[in-house]
Amino acid sequence: MDGFVGTYLIPGVIMVAQSLLLLVLLLVFIAYLLYADRKVWAAVQMRRGPNVVGPWGLFQSFADLLKFVLKEPIVPSGSNKGIFLLAPVVTATLAFAAWAVIPFDAGWVISNINVGILYIFAISSLGVYGIIMAGWASNSKYPFLAALRSAAQMVSYEVSIGFVIVTVLLCVGSLNLSDIVVAQETGLGTRLGLVPSLLDWHWLPLLPMFVVFFVSALAETNRPPFDLVEAESELVAGFMSEYSATPYLLFMLGEYVSIVLMCALGSILFLGGWLPPVSIAPFTWIPGIVWFVLKLSLLFFMFAMVKAFVPRYRYDQLMRLGWKVFLPLSLASVFVVAAVLQYMGWAP
Amino acid sequence: MILHTLFFYLFSVVTIASALMVISSRNPVHSVLFLILAFFNAAGLFLLLGAEFLAMILVVVYVGAVAVLFLFVVMMLDVDFVELRQGFLQYLPVGGLIGVVLLAELLIVLGGWAFAPTVGSAPVAPIPAISEMTNTAAIGQLLYTRYIFFFQAAGFVLLVAMIGAIVLTLRHKPGVKRQNIAAQVARRATVEIRHVEPGQGL
Repeated sequence: MDGFVGTYLIPGVIMVAQSLLLLVLLLVFIAYLLYADRKVWAAVQMRRGPNVVGPWGLFQSFADLLKFVLKEPIVPSGSNKGIFLLAPVVTATLAFAAWAVIPFDAGWVISNINVGILYIFAISSLGVYGIIMAGWASNSKYPFLAALRSAAQMVSYEVSIGFVIVTVLLCVGSLNLSDIVVAQETGLGTRLGLVPSLLDWHWLPLLPMFVVFFVSALAETNRPPFDLVEAESELVAGFMSEYSATPYLLFMLGEYVSIVLMCALGSILFLGGWLPPVSIAPFTWIPGIVWFVLKLSLLFFMFAMVKAFVPRYRYDQLMRLGWKVFLPLSLASVFVVAAVLQYMGWAP
Repeated sequence: MILHTLFFYLFSVVTIASALMVISSRNPVHSVLFLILAFFNAAGLFLLLGAEFLAMILVVVYVGAVAVLFLFVVMMLDVDFVELRQGFLQYLPVGGLIGVVLLAELLIVLGGWAFAPTVGSAPVAPIPAISEMTNTAAIGQLLYTRYIFFFQAAGFVLLVAMIGAIVLTLRHKPGVKRQNIAAQVARRATVEIRHVEPGQGL
């Protein structure tokens, strides 16, 4: 029995505790990112944004949470009840599941697996099921149309995200997310003889791919200008039309968690994860997680700004961008990056 | 080891149960959802084998892409359940025969392991130890060196199939207005006054 406690029980309890801690911190962080999103959006439109609940409206997200939880969930009588209620749970669970492999600092990761990036890619490719199931189970026109749109949209942009990830992996030579960050300690800047700095990160040599990744991430998470899935001017609220109260809350939560996940992935793949911008004294004193959260927040700010000032794409334009621009561009870049690495002898 | 066995039985039982539900459930959409559950648990079994790359690829390809298209098609189809059930007895002999053949082949493959144990340990290419190389790297090295021609040929066959599908379904409709992005981008701002007849347009 002693062996059982040592091998299974204690590591199991530690892992559950870590996961719970991550979950709670992530939820609080997302509550404030949501507030920041609304504030940024309001500032661009010269409004005040949420400013009533708490000082400067800081408790707005928690008030919203209480409101959703205390409301009565309505299940349409013609819906397929099991799948109707399963869909939001699937969305929220999958969105959180992907965080298990994200490294917040050197060694600060719940599950440091070899195929971390593939795991994230697999989990985020499952995100489409929540939407399809919701759209179909609602048994209503607009949600169904939205589900069809989203299935096509998310599958299309996943292809280019996949190729962007491949270009980064070519430069790293490992599928482990911590290795991807560590590989960015040296790069273009150190080859020129500078101290390790932000010039070494992948955003500089792979700048076109960073742009493709950012735009594809917008499309993958159904953010404006690609929010055709819930285009309120055409489809009421898209696949969420029939949802209310807690199921709706789970959808919204899942959506924001996957947005933040994409920001985290972007900062790991291109912005050097937990590495400081310049490896000299005052910057190296600050712990890595602060840099990670700052980079993540910077990407999220870009997400919020795009929402504020880019008009929504038409569906055919969306498809054109995905298949005729991003796919050839990312495919070509895989070839170019591989060739450059091979001929310069930089391949890991 | 207890945990390993426990998870093995969990994944296996759910895989088999959901595979049964795929063929027995009344609603085709439920069938596809159970198929996805079966794929997912099969990926779990791969993980237990230590084949993490195959597990993730199974989820990315089958669950993330193939099953989405299944679900897409099944949701769009107007399926008549009564009609679907009618031919059951008629197709039972053929389906049963295929099932028996598959079962026999599986038994032969697995049985071969039992009465000739050396067969498994003498594969064509040596498998590197897991401590030397992650299985992602091992698969990559094998696919891109030893089996490169088969790999490329398989890719080529898929490419031809894709082009064939596009050729079969592509229709050029005359008189459809399309957006020419290049022309729009190349257009310069010019102001001119034109006389437009009523009802004619430009």
